[in-house]
Amino acid sequence: MTHPPQTLTQKILARAAGRDTVRPGEIVTVSVDLAMMHDSGGPRRVKPMLERLGAQVWDPEKVVVVSDHFVPAVDVDSAQILDLTRKWARETQVRRFFDMKGICHVVLPENGLIQPGMMAVGGDSHSCTGGAWGAVMVGVGATDMLGVLVTGEIWLRVPSTVRFTCQGSLPPGVSAKDIMLHLCATVDPVSMNYRVAEYAGPAVEAMEMSERMTLCNMSAELGAKTGIIAPDATTHDWLAQVGAGVGDLEVLGDPEAEIEREVVIDTPALAPQVAAPHSPANTHAVTDSLGTRVTQAYIGACTGAKLNDLHMAAKVLKGRRVADDVRLLLAPASTKITAEAARDGTLEILTEAGAILLPSGCGACAGMGAGILADGEVCIASTSRNFQGRMGSSKAEVWLASPYTVAAAAVTGAIADPREMLA
Amino acid sequence: MKIDGTTHAFGDRIDTDLLSPGAYMKGPIEEMAKHCLEAIDPEFPARSQLGDIVTAGFEFGTGSSREQAASCLLLNGIGCVLARSFARIFYRNALNLGLPVLVCPTAHEIPAGTRLVVDPLAGTATEAGGRVHSCEPIPERLMQMVAAGGLIPFLEQTRTQ
Repeated sequence: MTHPPQTLTQKILARAAGRDTVRPGEIVTVSVDLAMMHDSGGPRRVKPMLERLGAQVWDPEKVVVVSDHFVPAVDVDSAQILDLTRKWARETQVRRFFDMKGICHVVLPENGLIQPGMMAVGGDSHSCTGGAWGAVMVGVGATDMLGVLVTGEIWLRVPSTVRFTCQGSLPPGVSAKDIMLHLCATVDPVSMNYRVAEYAGPAVEAMEMSERMTLCNMSAELGAKTGIIAPDATTHDWLAQVGAGVGDLEVLGDPEAEIEREVVIDTPALAPQVAAPHSPANTHAVTDSLGTRVTQAYIGACTGAKLNDLHMAAKVLKGRRVADDVRLLLAPASTKITAEAARDGTLEILTEAGAILLPSGCGACAGMGAGILADGEVCIASTSRNFQGRMGSSKAEVWLASPYTVAAAAVTGAIADPREMLA
Repeated sequence: MKIDGTTHAFGDRIDTDLLSPGAYMKGPIEEMAKHCLEAIDPEFPARSQLGDIVTAGFEFGTGSSREQAASCLLLNGIGCVLARSFARIFYRNALNLGLPVLVCPTAHEIPAGTRLVVDPLAGTATEAGGRVHSCEPIPERLMQMVAAGGLIPFLEQTRTQ
């Protein structure tokens, strides 16, 4: 029997639902291959619910816990949360517990835990980052996570696919982050609700995993259910390098499968972008905001502090100094990235330029770690969200940009075009 | 189950940091709820009454997966949210916690302070003046869970039956 052609996402959901095919719009119950939680939305929220129901975790081997929000503890409250997280992981026999190793969306792939074709859930809205490996990974709240922990299943509406085809190649000083900021301003988020954003085209095929992660990560800001990229040799190379296999779930979409629409991006024409306060949708070309003074530059978060992001900042900061009235805070997304950046000389360039090194974790991006803003302060950040009050005072301003543009602003003391600093 | 209350009107993109500010994430949820929406409407926590209704534009609940965004509305007595669209994680969280949330294309046309009766099963929101706004209804099975107070109380109920 032949089946109608299916997109990558449909094939993954069909397999997880124990079916041959699924249709967009259909509600299906799927079995979950991987469930990820962090210290904020994880054990401290699901433990009381499990106890109330007298229920057990269905399969501790499929559960991953990462402490990344309240790390390292800065007060007794955060210490208690981290302590509860450690004890729960031990009691529940969750072997894959990563305590202060970095941000969950980065730590999982560093350990080869996301494999092509997986149906995964994460207790965090940026769980869509996992789509970079050709998996379906969706963010859920704590009660939905409880349902997964007890049953190993979740109900989902099968999304239709919106394909973002990035033509050509990225010009110098422009990155995946700029593509996503540009899309946040030009694509109506209502048109993405319950859709999957599939990234394709030559510019995406040429990207390393770190940049593909940025595309999928910011699918959350685009308003999509999740993001996904077809697995290829680059995906396989990453998995081989971290000592994991490709697994046996990998699928590719049928080329003739029906999609909802295609958005074509003229990648070579893209300029560096900045998002003005208080929404990623307030994005425009950096050249429209040149000279806007900043008090803090922040390179951090799952979106903007991977090794490649640090390399971008280093290209701008090499041989330069952070302006006197600006502080540049650097929170690498994982301890592994910190070690790699130390080994390859990137940390030397950044710290000699004046960057202040912070612990790996969600940090100031989530308004929890070091780097909180006072009334009237202006921060430019390589993070993904600039909601009012998110990084501290509701009277502070946060601008979003690529690591290149954040570094250029740190040097200048004001929003600047990084292309002029990349010789 | 019908919700009969007074409306509090908000615009587009009411995000999870406005609803449940991250600065209060470590402490008790009751404390966080006192700061719900204060960045754009400082009087909201004090003004809201049991059974009141929040109306909003597009993308209500955009941002984080934190369920506290829905919990903070519930703790301020909010009985229902009508919006032109919802971010999907917030939508699921709200229903899971027993807060009815309805997509209502004309939600932005309902003035603040309007007395409104919402019927989630029928998918209607009726102003005291008589104007009826149509909403996407919540299916009966889901409403059973919402009316029970959310997924956990619903599971407790069905287990003991």
